[in-house]
Amino acid sequence: MIRFDNVTKRYAGGRDGLSEVNLEVEAGELVFLTGHSGAGKTTLLKLIALIERPTRGQVLVDGRNIGRLPARAIPKHRRSLGMVFQDHKLLPERTVFENVSLPLIIAGMPRREIARRVRAALDQVGLLGRESAKPESLSTGEQQRVGIARAVVSRPGLLIADEPTGNLDPALSLEIMTVFKRLNQVGVTMLIATHDLALLDLVGGRRVVLADGRVSGGSG
Amino acid sequence: MRQWLTRHAQNCVASVGRLVAHPGGTLLTVAVIGVSLALPAGLNILVRNGEALAGGWESVRDFSVYLQPGAELANAQALVNELENVVDIQSVELVTADAALKELRDSGGFAGVLDGLEKNPLPHTLVVRPKAEVPAANLERLAAELGKRDIVDQVRLDTDWVARLNALLDLTRRGIWLAAGLLVGAVVVIVGNTIRLDIENQRAEIEVAKLLGATDAFVRRPFLYAGFWYGLVGGLFALAVVAGGLALLGGPVARLSMLYGGSFRLVGLDGTSSLAVVGGGLLAGLAGAWVAVARHLAAIQPKV
Repeated sequence: MIRFDNVTKRYAGGRDGLSEVNLEVEAGELVFLTGHSGAGKTTLLKLIALIERPTRGQVLVDGRNIGRLPARAIPKHRRSLGMVFQDHKLLPERTVFENVSLPLIIAGMPRREIARRVRAALDQVGLLGRESAKPESLSTGEQQRVGIARAVVSRPGLLIADEPTGNLDPALSLEIMTVFKRLNQVGVTMLIATHDLALLDLVGGRRVVLADGRVSGGSG
Repeated sequence: MRQWLTRHAQNCVASVGRLVAHPGGTLLTVAVIGVSLALPAGLNILVRNGEALAGGWESVRDFSVYLQPGAELANAQALVNELENVVDIQSVELVTADAALKELRDSGGFAGVLDGLEKNPLPHTLVVRPKAEVPAANLERLAAELGKRDIVDQVRLDTDWVARLNALLDLTRRGIWLAAGLLVGAVVVIVGNTIRLDIENQRAEIEVAKLLGATDAFVRRPFLYAGFWYGLVGGLFALAVVAGGLALLGGPVARLSMLYGGSFRLVGLDGTSSLAVVGGGLLAGLAGAWVAVARHLAAIQPKV
């Protein structure tokens, strides 16, 4: 599903975000990217979401070299994957329902279908019934679950998450990870960046360790 | 196709909702656009009324043909008959020498002088009234032609005044185009700036939408609709301003005209001009939004 072939990302200024990274994630896998902050986890996810482009090497998603995609093809690529962010990036002015429905509105889905799917997604993260709440009236854990609902509402085959539990206490983190595991069990491929190793010991799953922009180890 | 239409309809309605949600700012923008557009529209009305007023002074275009002293009355009558058949001429009045003398005597003051004369020094005169739509150049040609005839002593054509008025109206008309161009340009800038601020205010939303895979067209659409509405409502506001102005001036103008013994009434904007005001506003609004969107939207890229 995802393959990195000798990928290097050099930022303006000469700093290497990633150096010659090789990585393969099979469809249906749950993979955790670990390593210290600055190790290149975020850069790797940015390359998958085409927020950045590789300096050298190839990033293949579903067999397509996305590093070569023209700018006008980026929106379609982003719609094909779900993204979860550490700061969840919810729109504070909009209700939970509106936030979760945004990817479907962008995709141009009919209204009735949107309502059905949004409820299904909120149900998956246990927030059905909070549709008309504004994000700030929710707890941080609930906000992150709304972010996850938004990421999976369009039923992407691939979900990437950057430190999704970074702002949460251990109990809430575990809760979020449980949500991810459940989604993985229904077939969503997942690549989750986290530095919370204690949490991973509880959750399990394959790990890829990054250090100074290189893959330095991992399991599986 | 249906999906596309639905999406546009939703955007269209949603953009109205957003504008209504901030009534103060929206009203201010609309008012500025309205006043900008009302100015050239008002000037246009001024010229149209000037034209109508100038049309009322038709007699100014009459010209006098003085015949040679001693010309036979029969010959004068023959010339009258001939001129009455000329296409550009509406009517010809013959003022005989005797009639002219009588008029002069009746008007008083000259009675003693005139009585001292042995014979009538006045010639027969023709007063020619051209048709209303005849251009000044034709009148001058006609006058020159008449002047060459043996029987004619002199032709007095007073087209200078008409020519001047027409030149003035022409100048004003051109001035209006210029003003209209500048003010429409101002509307483009106003809307552009308003949309720029809207974009700035919604930066977070735009970033998130782009992150979630929104195309440029998707992000652009609500702003273009906002520009469309600003322009449209601004144009309608301008029509309202003009109508209000006319209502205020209509009474006094009618009274003034009555005092001068006329029946002049103010002319308002006709359908085409009204359409031009609203259409101009609408296009200027769209153009302003387009400029703002083209300049500022691409610069917003999601940061993670």
